[in-house]
Amino acid sequence: MIIDLFEKTRASSKSIQKQKKPSAERVTVTCKACGKEWSAQQYGKNSYVCPNCGAHGRIRCRTRLKLTLDAGSFQELFADIKTADPLGFPGYAVKIAKLREKSRQEDAVVTGTGKIDGIPVCIGVMDSYFMMASMGSVVGEKLTCLFEYAIEHKLPVILFTCSGGARMQEGMFSLMQMAKVSGAVAKHSQAGLLYLTVLTDPTTGGVTASFAMLGDIILAEPGATVGFAGRRVIEGTIGETLPETFQSAEFLLEHGFCDQIVPRSRMKHVLAQLLRLHQGKGRCS
Amino acid sequence: MAWTMQEKLDWIRSPKRPNVDDIIAGVFTDFVELHGDRLYGEDRAMCGGIAKLGDTPVTVLGQRRGHSTKENIEDNFAMAHPEGYRKALRLAKQAEKFHRPVICIVDTPGAFCGVGAEERGQGEAIARCLYEFMQLKTPVVSIVTGEGGSGGALALAVANEVYMLTNAIYSVISPRGCASILWKDASRELEAAEALKITAQDMLGFGLIDGIIADSKLENMLYRHIRTTLLESLARLSEHTDEQLAQMRYEKFRVYGVFEQ
Repeated sequence: MIIDLFEKTRASSKSIQKQKKPSAERVTVTCKACGKEWSAQQYGKNSYVCPNCGAHGRIRCRTRLKLTLDAGSFQELFADIKTADPLGFPGYAVKIAKLREKSRQEDAVVTGTGKIDGIPVCIGVMDSYFMMASMGSVVGEKLTCLFEYAIEHKLPVILFTCSGGARMQEGMFSLMQMAKVSGAVAKHSQAGLLYLTVLTDPTTGGVTASFAMLGDIILAEPGATVGFAGRRVIEGTIGETLPETFQSAEFLLEHGFCDQIVPRSRMKHVLAQLLRLHQGKGRCS
Repeated sequence: MAWTMQEKLDWIRSPKRPNVDDIIAGVFTDFVELHGDRLYGEDRAMCGGIAKLGDTPVTVLGQRRGHSTKENIEDNFAMAHPEGYRKALRLAKQAEKFHRPVICIVDTPGAFCGVGAEERGQGEAIARCLYEFMQLKTPVVSIVTGEGGSGGALALAVANEVYMLTNAIYSVISPRGCASILWKDASRELEAAEALKITAQDMLGFGLIDGIIADSKLENMLYRHIRTTLLESLARLSEHTDEQLAQMRYEKFRVYGVFEQ
């Protein structure tokens, strides 16, 4: 698993000199790319992007929905689909129960409908805080349901992907989700509907090798790690250290596997623009 | 042959096991191998071509594993690059055009993990196979004959009917990989293999495959079992239209998954 780009540190009031309320605790965030320290508030206001170096921090799915959709437009769908333990895999049920409580969500994806600049869309956001957004039956089922809902209601689908890959604790049921979701993407495409993927940090393994790479248009956040195999696996095979840029969004763009790298501050604007360009008949009259 | 998990893992790694070339020679006739993805190159780790199954021309695809170290190096240990998957897809689309069934012989530790594979879009290549095989308007039958390793295996197993040999395995991750990620100890491979439930018997129990083909130490017997299974399968599938076959494939995979609701 890849380590968080940003580390939250709690500094006691004693270590901070210029505070109005010396008794209050101040939450600071250190950018792992440049080492600069920011107050959580300052950092949050900048959409969790380092104001100094522009490194994009990982964000929770609820934050992503807030940044992407028109205020108050999100309607969650398929929230009742919950994780099971089909193999009775050692430690899995306990792990899921703990994560449910800690993350206050059921599994690694949130799905629903919303509006972007007034345009209705189906949206799915994966959340790396839940088992590194690995794909098990719940992720596969919710995304498949989302595409089917989108076909029924003639809506575009936008997916923000991130994942460590297939969820091994669900064994082959996880692997089958790759085929299942890809099939749903195909059905949605046959209906002539638009599917946009936004690759966020990190998108790897079975998610890269299925729906993440199947968007009509594929966008990526700057610096996001995107690849099929783990960097360490490849480094182990070839016995060399790979450059920082290997498997980055920029690497993908250079090799022709994404359409554009879009900074978080412009993402909503670009998505709205693409959605508008797909409205209407698509023919000159 | 009720083998233990350790025996299965040993058998999977045995270079003596029949590979795709042996199976093609034993099951089909008139095989003509076809090369190249028309985009980048030829990948020996992925075998593809046209052959006859009885009287029916079929397209055969399968990962190629060598019988010796030399052969394995040439065949990249049955780990295909993106061009291998793109060749497979090219030949599958060609099969669709000529209304030929597609037979996939699945036997790979997984798709290759390397710099070139990443540069040329290993993820995209596999994703495209899943996406296109799901819509393919011709019968598709897959047999996992040895090791069904993760996405690299699934790329050839989006089929109307999927079979496994008695002692084959099909897994989301190699047991060794699972043990080293979960427990930071690759030597607990056997424990991981048991926990992952990867045997043909497990898969049949889960309803994720359609049947088990009886393996046999007598290779001619094995080939006869495979041929019989394929002929019966194609006879069943030929009762449906091409559009129905694609829809049936979608519906088959649509129900896979276990969750609470």
